Amino acid sequence: MNSRKEDVRSHTISVLVDNEPGILARVVGLFSGRGYNIESLTVAEVNPEERLSRITVVTSGTPMIVEQIKAQLSRLVPVHKVLDLTQDGPSVERELALVKVVGSGDKRIESLRIADIFRAHAVDSTNASFVFEIVGSTSKIDAFIQLMRPLGLVEVSRTGVVAIARGPEPI
Amino acid sequence: MATETLSGSQIILRALADQGVEVVFGYPGGAVLPLYDEIFKQNRLRHILVRHEQAAVHAAEGYARSTGKVGVVLVTSGPGATNAVTGLLDALCDSVPIVCLTGQVPTHLIGNDAFQEADTTGITRPCTKHNYLVKDIGDLARVMHEAFYVAAHGRPGPVLVDLPKDILVAIGPYQGPAKQGHKSYRPRTEPDADAIAAAAKLMVEAKRPLFYIGGGVINSGPAAAKALTSLVHLTGFPCTQTLMGLGGFPGNDKLSLGMLGMHGMYEANLAMHDCDLMIAVGARFDDRVTGKLSAFSPGSKKIQIDIDPSSINKNVRVDIPILADAGLALEALIKAWKAAKGPGDAQPSKGGPLKAWWAEINRWRARDCLHYAHSEKLIKPQYALERLAHAIKGRDVYITTEVGQHQMWAAQFLKFDEPKRWLTSGGLGTMGYGLPSAMGVQIAHPDALVIDVAGEASILMNIQEMSTLAQHRLPVKVFILNNEYMGMVRQWQELQYGGRYSESYTASLPDFVKLAEAFGAEGIRVDRPDDVDDGIRAMIGSTKAFVLDCRVDPTENCFPMIPSGSAHNEMLLGPEESVGTSGDEDGMVLV
Repeated sequence: MNSRKEDVRSHTISVLVDNEPGILARVVGLFSGRGYNIESLTVAEVNPEERLSRITVVTSGTPMIVEQIKAQLSRLVPVHKVLDLTQDGPSVERELALVKVVGSGDKRIESLRIADIFRAHAVDSTNASFVFEIVGSTSKIDAFIQLMRPLGLVEVSRTGVVAIARGPEPI
Repeated sequence: MATETLSGSQIILRALADQGVEVVFGYPGGAVLPLYDEIFKQNRLRHILVRHEQAAVHAAEGYARSTGKVGVVLVTSGPGATNAVTGLLDALCDSVPIVCLTGQVPTHLIGNDAFQEADTTGITRPCTKHNYLVKDIGDLARVMHEAFYVAAHGRPGPVLVDLPKDILVAIGPYQGPAKQGHKSYRPRTEPDADAIAAAAKLMVEAKRPLFYIGGGVINSGPAAAKALTSLVHLTGFPCTQTLMGLGGFPGNDKLSLGMLGMHGMYEANLAMHDCDLMIAVGARFDDRVTGKLSAFSPGSKKIQIDIDPSSINKNVRVDIPILADAGLALEALIKAWKAAKGPGDAQPSKGGPLKAWWAEINRWRARDCLHYAHSEKLIKPQYALERLAHAIKGRDVYITTEVGQHQMWAAQFLKFDEPKRWLTSGGLGTMGYGLPSAMGVQIAHPDALVIDVAGEASILMNIQEMSTLAQHRLPVKVFILNNEYMGMVRQWQELQYGGRYSESYTASLPDFVKLAEAFGAEGIRVDRPDDVDDGIRAMIGSTKAFVLDCRVDPTENCFPMIPSGSAHNEMLLGPEESVGTSGDEDGMVLV
């Protein structure tokens, strides 16, 4: 495959699947077995009546590879729909992170001030620590974590990206 | 619809009956005993007891590929299931519809490392088109019917149903097949009209066109091969076939260029390289076909018809993708071609715009790329196959093969005018495929002549099935081209590894004639060119299973050959051209 480095681009792909045992293993196994990247992956049931789950996977590759990833996903039997949110029109992407910061004095005050700028909420607090909840794009969360690092960041937990197309049309 | 209440085992047999299954290839074991007990109590379904589970799957493949029906396998849990894995992947790679039923430990023991427990659905997920673990008796009938639907629709493939032992004895409802085979899986089969029109336009304008057809033409059913033959004759375009596509277009037709690819015909590969329009039908641009991708058919527009969206634009970017069943797309193309050309157009092959193209192809043909040096003393494998081809001419014959040099020679020297007569392991390249596959063919076609063209190394990989042949009185013929080497390994070692024949000599070979006799079959050995015809006559004339141990020149190599990493126009035509090919480091990392 003549994949030139500059062609590699990140894509957010939504996959609507039957919520049945092994479906996540099927999707993840497809990515590992064929050597595709997974940058983030989220999954949860979104339609309990029809037992449908939605998987949001952020992957990267050349246009030909990304096209192949979508084709491979869509031919899995329990897959109902594959949508490339990066390519098929505008979309909204969000990620949630819980960020634990330990510190005192000026650093503690500075962390609160930055959290305020980023509209992060403290969801847990002790005399020595905060747990901030922050919601936003991946780059916003990256920036927040970067700023918290010198202020006593000790732990991060992130959900990975969830995304949805803009406008009235459902998937 | 009134639902009946049956045991799990009864539900399975009922579902098999409703799906029209007549034969199942299997091997019993603890976890499937309730099902085998139910099989004992009936006479409708025929069970063929194999000697190894891998062979059960290959036999089902042979049955499926020679009939167009779904092949059915029944094996036990743990080792029964893991032994079947190679066969399942083989069926996946070559798109063969199989339903494989595996036993499983009872549901309450799953995950407990119980005796003969394996995570069968986990192990087989990448080796099947789809698989199921039935944990609720209420799902069993639906899953059974779905398995058959999924195996046979879209691009066919193996589907596995894992059956815990408690499910086999539980009581539950039975429903017949649903109108909709699956709640959401509905592969597209109708071609897009605009794409067909665009394809026909390119075909009308082409100066150097070529059909490149694969196993999809055969899988689609007899109508597709018929439509393809009509379209090729209508257009007068040349047609080359992949290893899997042999028989999809008549091999003896003047418009056929034979097989293409690594060991394909000189004229087929050069036509691929130099064409201005390639029409791929049910072919997937496999690396054995394309050679060096960056130099693959550089000047051509490409049309690709395939039922599997992931086969389109995977390795080679095409100009007009047509996602459809091959038969439906070809029929649409015939209509579009006729509309575009109008009536009264002369047969294009008789002259006209393609004259120059055919003249060039005929110059390539004149190179006679299958030429070999005949010997009076040693049997050349090519000679043996030429004699076999002569002996079976005009008969309805099914040929299976193992994997290696003999397989490529068989593909080159035997011609197939009809689909479903040539069964070989293409994608996975499974040594040991041929004998059990031939067994499945013979079960489906009891009166046909079924020949496994084998090598002495491959045949030993599933030789135990000679016992199955004996039990079921299957007169399968095994034609061993015995060169005492894993010939293809030896050939690569000669060409790329300086003649260091590491572990490729098959030492301590058995006496194949005595081996045949030990299994209740007949056998003879031939080692002189003059005796080949008599040997073949004895083999074909025998009413029993037969092994013909044909001792061939151990040093013969398979040509033409496109070395790994080379382009279609860089073929080696014979041993004299292969000097100095060793030590190419780019080629060495490729397979």
